[in-house]
Amino acid sequence: MAEQKASTAIEAVESGLAAQGYIASRQIATAVYLSQQIEKPILVEGPAGVGKTELAKAVAAWRGKKMIRLQCYEGLDEAKALYEWKYAKQLLYTQILKDKLGEVLGGAQTLHAALEQLHDFGDVFFSKEFVEPRPLLQALEHPGGCVLLIDEIDKSDAEFESLLLEILSDFQVTIPELGTVFAITPPTVILTSNSERDLGDALKRRCLHLHIGFPEQRLEERIVESRVPGITQTLRRQMVGFIHEIRSLDLKKLPSVSETIDWARVLVLLEASELDTEIVQDTLNVLLKYEADIEAAQPQITTFIAKAARSNVFG
Amino acid sequence: MRENIHRFFRAARGAGVHVSPAESIDAMRAVAEVGVSDRAILRDTLLLTLAKSQDEKLALGDCFDLFFSQPEPRQQQPEASNDDTPHEAAQSRSSGATSDAGENQPSEGLGPLAQMLLSQDRNAIAAAIASAAGAASLSDIRYSTQRGIFSSRILDAMGLQRLRDDLDDLTATNPALAERLRATLDGLREAVRDTVAQGLALYAREEAENLRNEILRNAPLARIERRQVAEMRALIRQIARRLRERYSKPRKRQRRGHLDVRRTLRRNAAWGGVPFLTAWKRKHRDRPKIVALCDVSGSVAQVSDFFLLLIHSLHEVVGDVRSFAFSSHLIEVSDILESKSPEEAMAEIMSKVGFGSSDYGSSLVDFEKEWMSTLTPQTTVIVLGDARSNNLDPRADILRRISERSKRLVWLNPEGRLAWGFGDSEMPRYATFCSLVRQCATAQQLERAVSDIVATYQ
Repeated sequence: MAEQKASTAIEAVESGLAAQGYIASRQIATAVYLSQQIEKPILVEGPAGVGKTELAKAVAAWRGKKMIRLQCYEGLDEAKALYEWKYAKQLLYTQILKDKLGEVLGGAQTLHAALEQLHDFGDVFFSKEFVEPRPLLQALEHPGGCVLLIDEIDKSDAEFESLLLEILSDFQVTIPELGTVFAITPPTVILTSNSERDLGDALKRRCLHLHIGFPEQRLEERIVESRVPGITQTLRRQMVGFIHEIRSLDLKKLPSVSETIDWARVLVLLEASELDTEIVQDTLNVLLKYEADIEAAQPQITTFIAKAARSNVFG
Repeated sequence: MRENIHRFFRAARGAGVHVSPAESIDAMRAVAEVGVSDRAILRDTLLLTLAKSQDEKLALGDCFDLFFSQPEPRQQQPEASNDDTPHEAAQSRSSGATSDAGENQPSEGLGPLAQMLLSQDRNAIAAAIASAAGAASLSDIRYSTQRGIFSSRILDAMGLQRLRDDLDDLTATNPALAERLRATLDGLREAVRDTVAQGLALYAREEAENLRNEILRNAPLARIERRQVAEMRALIRQIARRLRERYSKPRKRQRRGHLDVRRTLRRNAAWGGVPFLTAWKRKHRDRPKIVALCDVSGSVAQVSDFFLLLIHSLHEVVGDVRSFAFSSHLIEVSDILESKSPEEAMAEIMSKVGFGSSDYGSSLVDFEKEWMSTLTPQTTVIVLGDARSNNLDPRADILRRISERSKRLVWLNPEGRLAWGFGDSEMPRYATFCSLVRQCATAQQLERAVSDIVATYQ
C-alpha cells in the first residue's frame, strides 16, 4: 500500500541522513521525502545555527550528489547567480577571426549583402560556448541532478526572489539569446532563511515550508552523541539540560545546536566528567556571544546546573 | 477521505491560513503521496504544504487537532462499551433485553434512526452524524447564532421526524422502550450540539474575527473596556502594518514639474534660443518629519496611547518622529516609547505627566521654550487632545507660531464636532491656526488621519 510505503520511505530518509551524521526529526524527514516525490523546493526557516545548511549538505552526501551552493547577499544579481556572457572571450575571438571575417565578407558586393552575411555570424558569438554558467544554471545543467542550496535567501533583494520563481516552479531558465534551458534532471532545491525579512508569497507558495526550531532534549542529545562521540552519557544529559534551561532566559542570542556541539567539544577537550559551576563559568563564552547575555546568565548558573542534574534522575 | 481533506482546507481558511487553489492542489498531491493512515505524517504533510510561516503552522496545527477529534456521541447507558458488536446482533440483544423487561414488542417496526439508537452502535451513530452534518452543509456555518438552526437541520437529516412518530407509537405500546429511546435521543441531541459547536470553532473563526474587528474599529477608543485593550493593540499593529506596506516603498510617481524656462533658454543658446532641448523643474519631495503633542489627561489618555503606539510602529515610513506628552506640563517621550514595550512605556509616561488636569497654555509654553527650534518647514505637527484647558489661558499665540514654522499643523480631537466650543473647550480658537482639524475617536478615524498625514509626503 502507498501508505505503508510512505512511512517506511520516511524512515529510510531518517536513517540515511543519520548515516551522514545529521539527526533529523520526523518532520524534517517528511519534508525531504515529499520534496523528492512532488518535486518541490524546501524553504527552511529557523534561528541561526540549528542546521539548516547542514541539512542540504547531508541530503547531498546521502544521495551521493553534488551540492551547488549559492550564497545570497544584498546586491546579488542575475549575472552572478544565473549566467553571464564571456565578454572578453567574445572580444578576443572577434579580433582573432578578423581576417576570416574579411574573407567571408569580401564576396559581398553591396553593404546590404555584407550585413546579410554578418547576421549569420552574429549568432556564433552568442552561443553556448560564450555563456559562463553561474550556480543556478550549473544546477540545471548538471547531468544526473544535484542538490542546489540557496543560502540565506532573506539577505538578497526582493527582485532576486522574482528571478528565482521560474527556476523553482518549472526548473527552467530563459536566456533571451539562446532560448529556454530546461533541467535534465530536476535538482533538489533547498532554500534557507533566517527570517530577517518576510519573503514574498509567490516564493513561499512554490516551496514546502519547513521550520526548524531548537530541538527537543532527546533529539539534541542524539545530535551531540553523533557529532561528539567522545562525551560521556551523564555529561551529555547534563549539558543538554543546562542549555535548555539557558534557552528559557530572555537573551539577545539564544545558544543553538551548533553552540551545543562546540560546547560539547570544549568540555571533552577540558576532560570534564561532570558539569560544575566553575567549568561552566569558564566556558560560558562558547555558548553565549554577547557580553550582556553572559551577565544575565551568570547568576543563574548554579540553579540551572542543579535543575539539569535533577531532570537527569527522572529522565 | 478526499472530501474530508477538502473540508479541512475550508477549516484552515477559517483558522486564518491562506489556502489558495494552487496550494490545495499541491497539498492534495502530497497527501496522495503519503496516504492518510498515519495521522502524524498527514499532519506534518499538511503543515509543510499549507502553512507559510511559524504562526500559520501553530494555527494550522491546532485546527488539524480540532478537525480530527470527533466529538463522541454520549450514551446514557453503560452497556455501550462493547461498540464493535455487529448491528444485527446488538439489535437482537437489545430487543431481547426488552423482552426480559416484560412486554414483548419487536423493534422491527421502528425507523432506522430509532433502531440505531437502541442498538447503541456508537460508530454507526458517529458516522450518521457526520454524514448528516455534510448533508446540512455544516461547513457553511458563520455565526454563533446559527447553532440552533444547524442542529435542527442535522437532526432532520438523520430522520428525527420518523423517530418522533416511533416514539408516539411506542409510548402507547411499550412505555419502557419509549423511555429508553427518549433517553438516547437526549444523548444524540447533545452529540449533535457538540458537532455543531466544533463546526463553529472550525469554520466560523475568520468570520467571527472579522465581525469583532469591524465592531472594534468603530468603537470609541476612549471608552473601550479593559479586556479589549489587548485586542485593540493588536488591531492597531495591524493598521500599522497596512500603512507600512502602503507607504514604505515610495511609489514611482512623475516627479517632473513645470518647464524650467531659464535653463531651457540657456541650454538652447547654441540654436539661437530655439528650444530643441527642454529642461524641466523637478518636484521636491520631503522626508516625513513628525512632531506629535499628545494630551494624556483623563479621557484622552487612552486615545493618545493608541495614537503613539501607531505612530511609533511606522519606522519604515516615518523615520523621524518626536513625541511629547502633556497634561499640566510637557515632556518628551520619544526615548521611552522607543526603548520599552507599549505597556511599560505608557505606564511610565503616565507616572511622569499623567493624571493632572490639562493645561494647554503652560504645556505650549514648555514646548516653545525647549523644542520650538526643532520645527522645520518640513515638519508636520500633530496635536492630539480635546482642547479643554480648564478655563486657563489657552495661549493660542504660541500655536500660531508653531503653525508658521511648520509644514502643516493637524489637530486630532477625540470629541465629536458638536462638543467643540462648548464649556471649557478652546477648539474654535485653536482651529483658526490649524491646517486641518478632524475628529479622531475610533481606530478607523485614527487610521485615516495618520494615513492622510503620511500621504502628503509621498
